[in-house]
Amino acid sequence: MIRRVKQRYLALKIESSESFEEEDLRDAVWNALIQLFGEYGASQVGLFLVQCDRQRKKAVLRCWHKALPMVKASIASVTKIKDKPVTIHVLRVSGTLKALRKRVSKQFLQTLL
Amino acid sequence: MTKFMDLHLCAPFRDAEQLRKIVTKSSELGYRLVGMPLPPNVECDEVERLRKMCSEAGLDLASRIDLTPRNTHELLASLRRLRRKFEVVSVLCTSKPIARQAAKDRRVDVLSFSFTKTRNRFFDRAEAELASESSSSLEIDMAPLLSLEGFLRIRLISSLRREVAIAKSFRVPVVISSGTTNHYLLRSPHDYSALAMLFDMDSSLALSALSDTPLRIVERNRLKLSPDFVAPGLRVVRRRDP
Repeated sequence: MIRRVKQRYLALKIESSESFEEEDLRDAVWNALIQLFGEYGASQVGLFLVQCDRQRKKAVLRCWHKALPMVKASIASVTKIKDKPVTIHVLRVSGTLKALRKRVSKQFLQTLL
Repeated sequence: MTKFMDLHLCAPFRDAEQLRKIVTKSSELGYRLVGMPLPPNVECDEVERLRKMCSEAGLDLASRIDLTPRNTHELLASLRRLRRKFEVVSVLCTSKPIARQAAKDRRVDVLSFSFTKTRNRFFDRAEAELASESSSSLEIDMAPLLSLEGFLRIRLISSLRREVAIAKSFRVPVVISSGTTNHYLLRSPHDYSALAMLFDMDSSLALSALSDTPLRIVERNRLKLSPDFVAPGLRVVRRRDP
Protein backbone atom coordinates (compact mmCIF):
# COMPACT_ATOMS: atom_id res chain seq x y z
CA MET A 1 0.00 0.00 0.00
CA ILE A 2 1.34 3.42 -0.89
CA ARG A 3 1.43 5.71 2.13
CA ARG A 4 0.39 9.32 1.84
CA VAL A 5 3.40 11.61 1.68
CA LYS A 6 3.44 14.11 4.53
CA GLN A 7 3.95 17.72 3.54
CA ARG A 8 5.47 20.74 5.24
CA TYR A 9 4.53 24.34 4.51
CA LEU A 10 7.12 27.07 4.95
CA ALA A 11 6.27 30.74 5.37
CA LEU A 12 9.08 32.83 3.85
CA LYS A 13 10.08 36.45 4.08
CA ILE A 14 12.17 37.82 1.20
CA GLU A 15 14.46 40.78 1.79
CA SER A 16 15.36 42.57 -1.39
CA SER A 17 15.66 46.13 -2.56
CA GLU A 18 14.40 45.16 -6.03
CA SER A 19 11.06 43.69 -7.06
CA PHE A 20 10.95 40.18 -8.51
CA GLU A 21 8.54 37.85 -10.25
CA GLU A 22 7.10 34.67 -8.78
CA GLU A 23 9.05 32.59 -11.31
CA ASP A 24 12.31 34.27 -10.29
CA LEU A 25 11.84 33.25 -6.68
CA ARG A 26 10.95 29.70 -7.68
CA ASP A 27 13.97 29.46 -9.99
CA ALA A 28 16.29 30.85 -7.30
CA VAL A 29 15.21 28.21 -4.75
CA TRP A 30 15.37 25.40 -7.33
CA ASN A 31 18.84 26.50 -8.47
CA ALA A 32 20.09 26.61 -4.89
CA LEU A 33 18.66 23.14 -4.29
CA ILE A 34 20.28 21.72 -7.41
CA GLN A 35 23.62 23.39 -6.60
CA LEU A 36 23.71 21.95 -3.08
CA PHE A 37 22.14 18.51 -3.53
CA GLY A 38 22.23 17.83 -7.27
CA GLU A 39 19.39 16.76 -9.55
CA TYR A 40 18.96 13.44 -7.75
CA GLY A 41 18.57 15.21 -4.38
CA ALA A 42 16.23 17.81 -5.86
CA SER A 43 14.00 15.03 -7.21
CA GLN A 44 13.33 13.86 -3.63
CA VAL A 45 12.04 17.18 -2.36
CA GLY A 46 8.59 17.76 -3.91
CA LEU A 47 9.05 21.51 -3.88
CA PHE A 48 6.06 23.68 -4.83
CA LEU A 49 5.54 27.42 -4.54
CA VAL A 50 2.05 27.67 -3.05
CA GLN A 51 1.72 31.43 -2.99
CA CYS A 52 3.81 34.54 -3.41
CA ASP A 53 2.98 38.10 -2.43
CA ARG A 54 5.38 40.28 -4.41
CA GLN A 55 4.32 43.54 -2.76
CA ARG A 56 4.82 42.34 0.79
CA LYS A 57 7.70 40.06 -0.22
CA LYS A 58 6.27 37.02 1.51
CA ALA A 59 5.72 33.51 0.15
CA VAL A 60 4.60 30.02 1.09
CA LEU A 61 6.47 26.94 -0.12
CA ARG A 62 5.50 23.31 0.20
CA CYS A 63 7.84 20.31 0.34
CA TRP A 64 7.90 16.70 1.49
CA HIS A 65 8.52 16.55 5.19
CA LYS A 66 11.52 14.21 4.92
CA ALA A 67 13.23 16.76 2.70
CA LEU A 68 12.64 19.71 5.03
CA PRO A 69 16.30 20.05 6.20
CA MET A 70 17.45 20.09 2.57
CA VAL A 71 14.90 22.74 1.63
CA LYS A 72 15.77 24.91 4.65
CA ALA A 73 19.48 24.72 3.80
CA SER A 74 18.77 25.59 0.17
CA ILE A 75 16.58 28.55 1.10
CA ALA A 76 19.27 29.87 3.47
CA SER A 77 21.87 29.57 0.70
CA VAL A 78 19.97 31.78 -1.76
CA THR A 79 21.91 35.04 -2.09
CA LYS A 80 20.64 36.40 -5.41
CA ILE A 81 17.47 36.61 -7.45
CA LYS A 82 18.21 37.68 -11.03
CA ASP A 83 21.67 38.91 -9.97
CA LYS A 84 20.20 41.20 -7.29
CA PRO A 85 21.19 40.51 -3.68
CA VAL A 86 18.45 38.97 -1.54
CA THR A 87 18.01 37.15 1.73
CA ILE A 88 15.23 34.64 2.30
CA HIS A 89 14.24 33.87 5.88
CA VAL A 90 12.05 30.98 6.96
CA LEU A 91 9.46 32.46 9.33
CA ARG A 92 7.53 29.33 10.24
CA VAL A 93 7.14 25.69 9.26
CA SER A 94 3.89 23.81 9.64
CA GLY A 95 2.15 20.61 8.57
CA THR A 96 -0.97 22.33 7.22
CA LEU A 97 -1.79 25.70 5.77
CA LYS A 98 -4.41 26.11 8.49
CA ALA A 99 -1.82 25.70 11.26
CA LEU A 100 0.56 28.00 9.41
CA ARG A 101 -2.22 30.58 9.36
CA LYS A 102 -2.52 30.32 13.14
CA ARG A 103 1.19 30.46 13.81
CA VAL A 104 2.36 33.29 11.62
CA SER A 105 1.30 36.79 12.51
CA LYS A 106 -2.18 37.88 11.39
CA GLN A 107 -0.83 40.85 9.45
CA PHE A 108 1.18 38.66 7.11
CA LEU A 109 -1.45 35.97 6.56
CA GLN A 110 -4.47 38.20 6.14
CA THR A 111 -2.93 39.43 2.92
CA LEU A 112 -1.31 36.19 1.87
CA LEU A 113 -3.61 33.24 2.52
CA MET B 1 14.97 31.28 25.99
CA THR B 2 18.19 30.55 24.12
CA LYS B 3 20.54 33.48 23.80
CA PHE B 4 22.08 33.41 20.33
CA MET B 5 25.42 34.98 19.57
CA ASP B 6 27.38 35.93 16.51
CA LEU B 7 31.01 36.12 17.55
CA HIS B 8 32.29 37.35 14.19
CA LEU B 9 30.22 40.18 12.82
CA CYS B 10 32.66 42.05 10.57
CA ALA B 11 30.78 45.33 10.58
CA PRO B 12 32.59 48.26 8.91
CA PHE B 13 34.01 49.91 11.98
CA ARG B 14 34.35 53.47 10.60
CA ASP B 15 31.13 53.64 8.56
CA ALA B 16 28.50 54.54 11.18
CA GLU B 17 25.46 54.15 8.92
CA GLN B 18 26.45 50.74 7.58
CA LEU B 19 27.39 49.69 11.09
CA ARG B 20 24.01 50.70 12.47
CA LYS B 21 22.28 48.84 9.63
CA ILE B 22 24.12 45.58 10.24
CA VAL B 23 23.75 45.82 14.03
CA THR B 24 19.99 46.43 13.76
CA LYS B 25 19.71 43.53 11.33
CA SER B 26 21.51 41.20 13.76
CA SER B 27 19.15 42.20 16.53
CA GLU B 28 16.10 41.61 14.31
CA LEU B 29 17.38 38.15 13.41
CA GLY B 30 17.40 37.15 17.07
CA TYR B 31 21.00 37.61 18.19
CA ARG B 32 21.63 38.99 21.67
CA LEU B 33 25.41 39.35 21.58
CA VAL B 34 27.78 40.18 18.76
CA GLY B 35 31.55 39.97 18.66
CA MET B 36 33.11 42.63 16.46
CA PRO B 37 36.71 42.50 15.30
CA LEU B 38 38.40 45.78 16.20
CA PRO B 39 41.80 47.19 15.24
CA PRO B 40 44.55 46.56 17.83
CA ASN B 41 45.02 50.28 18.49
CA VAL B 42 41.33 51.00 19.08
CA GLU B 43 40.57 53.66 21.69
CA CYS B 44 38.37 52.91 24.72
CA ASP B 45 36.03 55.76 23.69
CA GLU B 46 35.39 54.14 20.33
CA VAL B 47 34.62 50.80 21.98
CA GLU B 48 32.21 52.53 24.35
CA ARG B 49 30.53 54.30 21.42
CA LEU B 50 30.10 50.95 19.69
CA ARG B 51 28.82 49.35 22.88
CA LYS B 52 26.25 52.11 23.23
CA MET B 53 25.10 51.73 19.63
CA CYS B 54 24.73 47.99 20.12
CA SER B 55 22.82 48.37 23.38
CA GLU B 56 20.38 50.77 21.65
CA ALA B 57 19.66 47.93 19.20
CA GLY B 58 19.27 45.47 22.10
CA LEU B 59 22.65 43.81 21.63
CA ASP B 60 25.56 43.15 23.89
CA LEU B 61 29.01 43.77 22.36
CA ALA B 62 32.08 41.62 22.85
CA SER B 63 35.30 43.24 21.69
CA ARG B 64 37.35 40.94 19.51
CA ILE B 65 40.76 40.96 17.91
CA ASP B 66 41.62 38.93 14.83
CA LEU B 67 45.32 38.14 14.83
CA THR B 68 47.05 37.16 11.59
CA PRO B 69 50.64 36.54 12.68
CA ARG B 70 53.39 35.74 10.20
CA ASN B 71 55.24 33.45 12.62
CA THR B 72 54.96 32.03 16.14
CA HIS B 73 57.11 34.80 17.69
CA GLU B 74 54.77 37.43 16.31
CA LEU B 75 51.80 35.47 17.65
CA LEU B 76 53.26 35.30 21.16
CA ALA B 77 54.19 38.98 21.12
CA SER B 78 50.68 39.97 19.98
CA LEU B 79 49.06 37.78 22.62
CA ARG B 80 51.24 39.29 25.35
CA ARG B 81 50.35 42.80 24.19
CA LEU B 82 46.65 42.42 23.38
CA ARG B 83 45.13 39.60 25.44
CA ARG B 84 44.02 41.84 28.29
CA LYS B 85 42.55 44.45 25.95
CA PHE B 86 39.97 42.28 24.16
CA GLU B 87 37.26 39.90 25.26
CA VAL B 88 37.73 37.44 22.40
CA VAL B 89 41.03 36.61 20.73
CA SER B 90 40.97 34.85 17.39
CA VAL B 91 43.96 33.62 15.41
CA LEU B 92 43.88 33.09 11.68
CA CYS B 93 46.28 30.17 11.27
CA THR B 94 48.17 30.64 8.03
CA SER B 95 50.85 28.02 8.65
CA LYS B 96 51.15 24.78 10.60
CA PRO B 97 53.57 26.10 13.31
CA ILE B 98 51.20 29.03 13.96
CA ALA B 99 48.22 26.68 14.11
CA ARG B 100 49.99 24.41 16.61
CA GLN B 101 51.16 27.30 18.78
CA ALA B 102 47.69 28.89 18.77
CA ALA B 103 46.01 25.58 19.61
CA LYS B 104 48.15 24.99 22.67
CA ASP B 105 48.05 28.55 23.98
CA ARG B 106 45.34 29.12 26.62
CA ARG B 107 45.14 32.81 25.70
CA VAL B 108 43.67 31.97 22.28
CA ASP B 109 39.88 31.58 22.26
CA VAL B 110 39.12 30.87 18.65
CA LEU B 111 41.06 29.17 15.86
CA SER B 112 40.13 30.12 12.35
CA PHE B 113 41.48 28.98 9.02
CA SER B 114 41.49 30.16 5.44
CA PHE B 115 38.25 29.48 3.58
CA THR B 116 39.54 29.79 0.05
CA LYS B 117 42.83 27.92 0.44
CA THR B 118 41.73 24.56 1.82
CA ARG B 119 45.38 23.42 1.89
CA ASN B 120 45.86 26.01 4.63
CA ARG B 121 43.26 24.43 6.89
CA PHE B 122 45.44 22.76 9.48
CA PHE B 123 42.73 21.43 11.76
CA ASP B 124 43.77 17.78 11.93
CA ARG B 125 43.81 15.28 14.80
CA ALA B 126 47.02 16.64 16.34
CA GLU B 127 45.63 20.17 16.25
CA ALA B 128 42.34 19.00 17.79
CA GLU B 129 44.16 17.24 20.62
CA LEU B 130 46.09 20.41 21.48
CA ALA B 131 42.95 22.55 21.19
CA SER B 132 40.93 20.26 23.46
CA GLU B 133 43.58 20.57 26.20
CA SER B 134 43.73 24.36 26.02
CA SER B 135 39.97 24.88 25.53
CA SER B 136 40.34 26.74 22.22
CA SER B 137 37.41 26.55 19.83
CA LEU B 138 37.19 25.97 16.11
CA GLU B 139 35.40 28.79 14.33
CA ILE B 140 33.30 28.27 11.21
CA ASP B 141 32.33 31.42 9.34
CA MET B 142 29.19 30.92 7.29
CA ALA B 143 29.58 33.84 4.85
CA PRO B 144 32.08 32.01 2.58
CA LEU B 145 29.67 29.10 2.39
CA LEU B 146 27.07 31.47 0.96
CA SER B 147 29.32 33.51 -1.28
CA LEU B 148 31.53 30.78 -2.78
CA GLU B 149 30.29 28.81 -5.75
CA GLY B 150 31.11 25.62 -7.62
CA PHE B 151 34.34 23.74 -6.95
CA LEU B 152 35.52 26.10 -4.18
CA ARG B 153 32.33 25.57 -2.19
CA ILE B 154 32.47 21.79 -2.71
CA ARG B 155 36.03 21.72 -1.35
CA LEU B 156 35.08 23.95 1.58
CA ILE B 157 32.08 21.80 2.56
CA SER B 158 34.25 18.69 2.33
CA SER B 159 36.94 20.24 4.60
CA LEU B 160 34.35 21.45 7.09
CA ARG B 161 32.76 18.00 7.28
CA ARG B 162 36.13 16.42 8.08
CA GLU B 163 36.99 19.10 10.64
CA VAL B 164 33.63 18.90 12.42
CA ALA B 165 34.02 15.11 12.70
CA ILE B 166 37.52 15.55 14.19
CA ALA B 167 36.27 18.28 16.55
CA LYS B 168 33.44 16.01 17.73
CA SER B 169 35.75 13.08 18.42
CA PHE B 170 38.22 15.24 20.40
CA ARG B 171 35.45 17.29 22.06
CA VAL B 172 36.74 20.56 20.68
CA PRO B 173 34.01 23.21 20.91
CA VAL B 174 32.82 24.56 17.57
CA VAL B 175 31.62 28.14 17.12
CA ILE B 176 29.44 29.08 14.17
CA SER B 177 29.49 32.75 13.25
CA SER B 178 28.49 34.88 10.30
CA GLY B 179 31.87 36.39 9.35
CA THR B 180 30.18 38.85 7.04
CA THR B 181 30.39 42.54 6.26
CA ASN B 182 27.27 42.50 4.11
CA HIS B 183 23.82 42.47 5.72
CA TYR B 184 22.45 40.42 2.82
CA LEU B 185 24.69 37.55 3.92
CA LEU B 186 23.39 37.60 7.49
CA ARG B 187 21.10 34.72 8.41
CA SER B 188 19.11 33.84 11.49
CA PRO B 189 20.50 31.24 13.94
CA HIS B 190 17.97 28.66 12.72
CA ASP B 191 18.98 29.29 9.10
CA TYR B 192 22.61 28.71 10.07
CA SER B 193 21.68 25.50 11.85
CA ALA B 194 19.91 24.37 8.65
CA LEU B 195 23.04 25.17 6.63
CA ALA B 196 25.21 23.29 9.14
CA MET B 197 23.60 20.03 8.01
CA LEU B 198 25.77 20.40 4.89
CA PHE B 199 28.80 19.48 6.99
CA ASP B 200 27.01 16.86 9.11
CA MET B 201 26.34 18.98 12.16
CA ASP B 202 23.00 18.09 13.66
CA SER B 203 20.59 20.83 14.60
CA SER B 204 21.14 20.70 18.39
CA LEU B 205 24.94 20.82 18.02
CA ALA B 206 24.68 23.70 15.55
CA LEU B 207 22.38 25.70 17.82
CA SER B 208 24.75 25.10 20.73
CA ALA B 209 27.62 26.36 18.50
CA LEU B 210 25.60 29.55 18.09
CA SER B 211 24.62 29.97 21.74
CA ASP B 212 26.26 27.98 24.57
CA THR B 213 29.80 27.74 23.22
CA PRO B 214 30.26 31.46 22.41
CA LEU B 215 28.53 32.37 25.68
CA ARG B 216 31.04 30.24 27.62
CA ILE B 217 33.95 31.95 25.84
CA VAL B 218 32.68 35.47 26.51
CA GLU B 219 31.70 34.79 30.14
CA ARG B 220 35.04 33.12 30.88
CA ASN B 221 36.98 36.05 29.46
CA ARG B 222 34.83 38.72 31.09
CA LEU B 223 35.46 37.03 34.40
CA LYS B 224 39.21 36.97 33.72
CA LEU B 225 39.27 40.61 32.64
CA SER B 226 37.30 41.83 35.65
CA PRO B 227 39.36 43.59 38.35
CA ASP B 228 38.15 41.02 40.92
CA PHE B 229 39.79 38.10 39.14
CA VAL B 230 42.92 36.76 40.85
CA ALA B 231 43.45 33.28 39.38
CA PRO B 232 41.22 30.48 38.06
CA GLY B 233 38.87 29.61 40.95
CA LEU B 234 39.98 32.60 42.99
CA ARG B 235 38.40 36.05 42.95
CA VAL B 236 37.96 39.01 45.23
CA VAL B 237 34.55 38.86 46.90
CA ARG B 238 34.82 41.94 49.11
CA ARG B 239 37.39 44.65 49.69
CA ARG B 240 38.18 46.20 53.03
CA ASP B 241 37.06 49.83 53.30
CA PRO B 242 40.07 52.15 53.14
